Amino acid sequence: MNTSLSWIKSYVPDLDVTPQEYCDAMTLSGTKVEGCECLDRDLDKIVVGEVKSCVPHPDSDHLHVCMVDVGSGEPIQIVCGAPNVAAGQKVPVVLDGGRVAGSKDGNAAEGGILIKKGKLRGVESNGMICSIEELGSTRELYPEAPEYGIYVFPEDTPVGADAVELLGLHDAVIEYEITSNRVDCYSAIGIAREAAATFGKEFHKPEPKETGNSEDVNDYISVEVEDPQLCPRFTARVVKNVKLAPSPKWMQRRLASNGIRPINNVVDITNYIMEEYGQPMHSYDYDTIRGHKIVVKCAQDGETFRTLDGQDRKLDQNVLMICDGERYVGIAGIMGGEDSMITDDVKTVLFEAACFDGTNVRLSSKRIGLQTDASQKFDKGLDPNTAREAIDRACELMEEFGAGEVVGGCVDVYPVKREPVEIPFEPEKINRLLGTSFSEEEMIGYFEAADLIYDRERRVVIAPTFRQDLHRMCDLAEEVARFSGYDRIPTTLPAGEATAGGLQFAMQLQGIARDTAESCGFSQGYCYSFESPKVFDRLLFPEDAPERKTIEIRNPLGPDFSIMRTTSLNGMLVSLATNYNRRNKSVRLYELGNVYIPKSLPVTELPDERMKFTLGMYGEGDFFDLKGVVELFFDKLGLKEKAEYRTDEKLPYFHPGRQAKIWYQGVPVGEIGEIHPKAAANYSIKERVYAAVLDMKNLEAFATFDRKYAGIARFPAVTRDISMIVPKAVTAAEIEKVIAQRGGKLLEHYELFDLYEGAPILPGFKSMAYSLTFRHKEKTLEEAEVASAMKKILNGLENMQIELRK
Amino acid sequence: MSTLEQKVGQIREEAMNALLGADGMDRLNEIRVAYLGKKGTLTAVLKGMKDVTPEERPKVGKWVNDAREQIEGRIEEIRARLEEEKLEARLEAEAIDVTLPARKQKRGHRHPNTIALEEVERIFVGMGYEVVEGPEVEYDEYNFTKLNIPANHPAKDEQDTFYITDEILLRTQTSPVQARIMEQGKLPIRMIAPGRVFRSDEVDATHSPSFHQIEGLVIDRNITFSDLKGTLDLFAKELFGPDTKTKFRPHHFPFTEPSAEVDVSCFKCGGRGCRFCKGSGWIEILGCGMVHPHVLEMCGIDPEEYQGFAFGVGLERIALLKYEIDDMRLLYENDARFLQQF
Repeated sequence: MNTSLSWIKSYVPDLDVTPQEYCDAMTLSGTKVEGCECLDRDLDKIVVGEVKSCVPHPDSDHLHVCMVDVGSGEPIQIVCGAPNVAAGQKVPVVLDGGRVAGSKDGNAAEGGILIKKGKLRGVESNGMICSIEELGSTRELYPEAPEYGIYVFPEDTPVGADAVELLGLHDAVIEYEITSNRVDCYSAIGIAREAAATFGKEFHKPEPKETGNSEDVNDYISVEVEDPQLCPRFTARVVKNVKLAPSPKWMQRRLASNGIRPINNVVDITNYIMEEYGQPMHSYDYDTIRGHKIVVKCAQDGETFRTLDGQDRKLDQNVLMICDGERYVGIAGIMGGEDSMITDDVKTVLFEAACFDGTNVRLSSKRIGLQTDASQKFDKGLDPNTAREAIDRACELMEEFGAGEVVGGCVDVYPVKREPVEIPFEPEKINRLLGTSFSEEEMIGYFEAADLIYDRERRVVIAPTFRQDLHRMCDLAEEVARFSGYDRIPTTLPAGEATAGGLQFAMQLQGIARDTAESCGFSQGYCYSFESPKVFDRLLFPEDAPERKTIEIRNPLGPDFSIMRTTSLNGMLVSLATNYNRRNKSVRLYELGNVYIPKSLPVTELPDERMKFTLGMYGEGDFFDLKGVVELFFDKLGLKEKAEYRTDEKLPYFHPGRQAKIWYQGVPVGEIGEIHPKAAANYSIKERVYAAVLDMKNLEAFATFDRKYAGIARFPAVTRDISMIVPKAVTAAEIEKVIAQRGGKLLEHYELFDLYEGAPILPGFKSMAYSLTFRHKEKTLEEAEVASAMKKILNGLENMQIELRK
Repeated sequence: MSTLEQKVGQIREEAMNALLGADGMDRLNEIRVAYLGKKGTLTAVLKGMKDVTPEERPKVGKWVNDAREQIEGRIEEIRARLEEEKLEARLEAEAIDVTLPARKQKRGHRHPNTIALEEVERIFVGMGYEVVEGPEVEYDEYNFTKLNIPANHPAKDEQDTFYITDEILLRTQTSPVQARIMEQGKLPIRMIAPGRVFRSDEVDATHSPSFHQIEGLVIDRNITFSDLKGTLDLFAKELFGPDTKTKFRPHHFPFTEPSAEVDVSCFKCGGRGCRFCKGSGWIEILGCGMVHPHVLEMCGIDPEEYQGFAFGVGLERIALLKYEIDDMRLLYENDARFLQQF
């Protein structure tokens, strides 16, 4: 929403503020100013001059040498290049040392252009005669200006007067951001009312005077509304003997400053009313309305209608239409029809100012795919009580402009009048909500300044129907707060019962995940929650993989963002690929983010959102480095048992021989592996990539912050090494299981310290060596005790076709 | 003076003279062995005791022991000096060029979003707020209806919201967590709820279809708008520095009344106006207000007894501002060269 400051001042004549003061105060009282353009920002020393004489420049075929009276004694000499300059003209002249806003081609210059006296092709020039573009404006706003050349004032313009003032350029165009609850402020009147209340000035609302001849509009037109729910009010008036002409300049400028192109008096008036009252209007060529009848009803499915922009529009049974006796003449609240629109031949005009249901207009406009200035006003839900005033104001302007003869009376179909809302005035509650101590009188003052009515007898505040945002005490509190100024409300801190703040357990575990990953060189990434269904092919998932059962977004940004992810690997691989592609060496990333597992398809309930801790890396390090990070994390979570790593065939994105699902006490807690070379290739990564995905929810059940001091061993340990030749198929886990079980209580620790394959070891075998540490907690171990434990272990190993090397 | 006494004195003098020339540990040990060792000359005197009269023996013992002590004392002195010299020589030899480059410790880096989030959490946890979470895929009812955004409200238009079904959507704000916590009925409430939210905005330098908010909610018997102002003013000072000023501007949110947008004085220029704050001296950082009584009612809380405030902060907005990141896309690219700057 835009208005010029002068437009607002026309309703609040006592408003004496600079544009900056206006913008600041309006923003602080709730009408947020988004932008402010001072039209005279770069205009300086510009007066009206009269061209006394104009002769060709002796040394140029297009320049003229003019003597110009600027109202200060002797005429001054100015060289002018405009083709339309002529003696006798009254023109805007920028004097020596003055500034203009732009060049004649309309390009504005930052800070303006300084004009100094000088010589043009040897002839002295003491200023410049300006075009409208040089004054920083356009022919849109000043259609009387020539397409190419200087601006010319009417003959009776006084010489020496402030040209900027005469052009109305001592003004500012203000752009507001109106919140959706303040429908009334999508109008100049609404904003002016706010301005009056903000500055405590008198608000002069236009009061349309009665218009119309002795005829009765009911003899011209009848209106029937089939669905008063969708059309609470419909008013119509008729103007005959219409004389189309341009509307006055002030109106053209106000429209142009709101981005509306002036057309002719009738169209301009309807557009002006829409900006002034926020009430869209429509004008029909009365002679095209068949049966002299208007019917408001819904369309039928499958019908089409040609709107005045020449487009055929598809209708359905929920689109409200304006019809005459035989056919559709407009889509209610959105756009009129092609064959009832005002043309140059119009003789009689039918004005419509109606109120349509906002939701219906909004939904219809979306389905039809047609948004107009009118539909955007209607879809916010207008006050039906404005319609009558607006249509009367339109007729008043028609009469004032001599644009036609207004027919007496108004057709007004308004079966259920909307009544104002009454809100009990509870000043102590308002103060309790705000934490203030405003007096009753001060509060009432703010209400009345905003055109609310206070009934002292009944102690109620009556909110006029244009204030659709006021319903209860808190709404009145806001009126008090914003007109007194939010800055007048004290700043305090909540008192009352103290609460123990903190992070939930799951969040604390995420903190441990971050610390662990970062201490191991992994940096944190963030990935999107939605991705493309194609990721499953990239990750080599079979057709029937459960991961392919995803939650689909009905209105995604595009197919690449259409499903909620069920695996975090794609995000990780995309991020690693970005780094790889940018030649970042040796990258380690981690991510904490949800995957979304549907509980049912089609979706009927919220999915299972599972937080995944995903680690990925390429470059330095291998599977066992990554496994080390996983185990460090488990240790930090307080997991005391050993996690199990089992190769799993349902991990298609991993190298089949270098992957495992991770189990803890029989519960799957994650997976780890080298990314399958084919999958890596699908992400264009030509190195080995390792990834681990841990399920935070399943881990949470085992995690604990309890730690107990177990003492430091006081008695010496005994170490023994075992060296063996092992069939390749036997895993370290199998060997360690034997060592751990058979080692008994005395076995404190064991560790693989050598692994070797290749000659002289036979193919199919590997050499492994473990170091075992035995210790008794209460005494020094005896040789026999260690020997007995070792024997058990060695026996167990020999049973597994393992050859012990002595 | 007996000859034996003279002999002991002579041996001592000899030893002392020898020690004068001792210039290393090896030589020192040689001297020790030569005089004090089992076969040393001083020890030999004691071995010759059998030739001494019994009444002279204690005297001889004393002469020998005195001499031994003196020699040992000197040896110890020299040893200490030599050790000291040796250490000094070693330290000198070991001097390094401390301006040589450091060996990189490979630690990972936290995402700026998380750093900002932890900062916000720290501030509010310190004020007794609990940090809670809610689902990202949410019911329309919680995301809209219970927040006073009824069916057909323009804010519900599909152009803003990603829908899964008519009833289920990707939450557009963290505010539904408010409703979920209030419904649990445990009062008073002081919570913040950080989390991921979704809006159907195309990706560009200032928009992302997925971003993060931090919701705040305080409900108690006497919570006022002035408490809201005080709390957020404190928050801004903690986050952006003690000289930060706040400005509350009236605004509209369906689930709060009165509502406000909050600007902080530009921490780049201190409020004088710069390119960063587009010359205004202020930067908008959050929206807030007093919880709408209808929202309280829908969650089973009596607005006549309880009132409270709520606020919502954009996490990315804070991260971008604090760390002067000029393109939101950087936050989701995960380029190591970006991440390692935090």
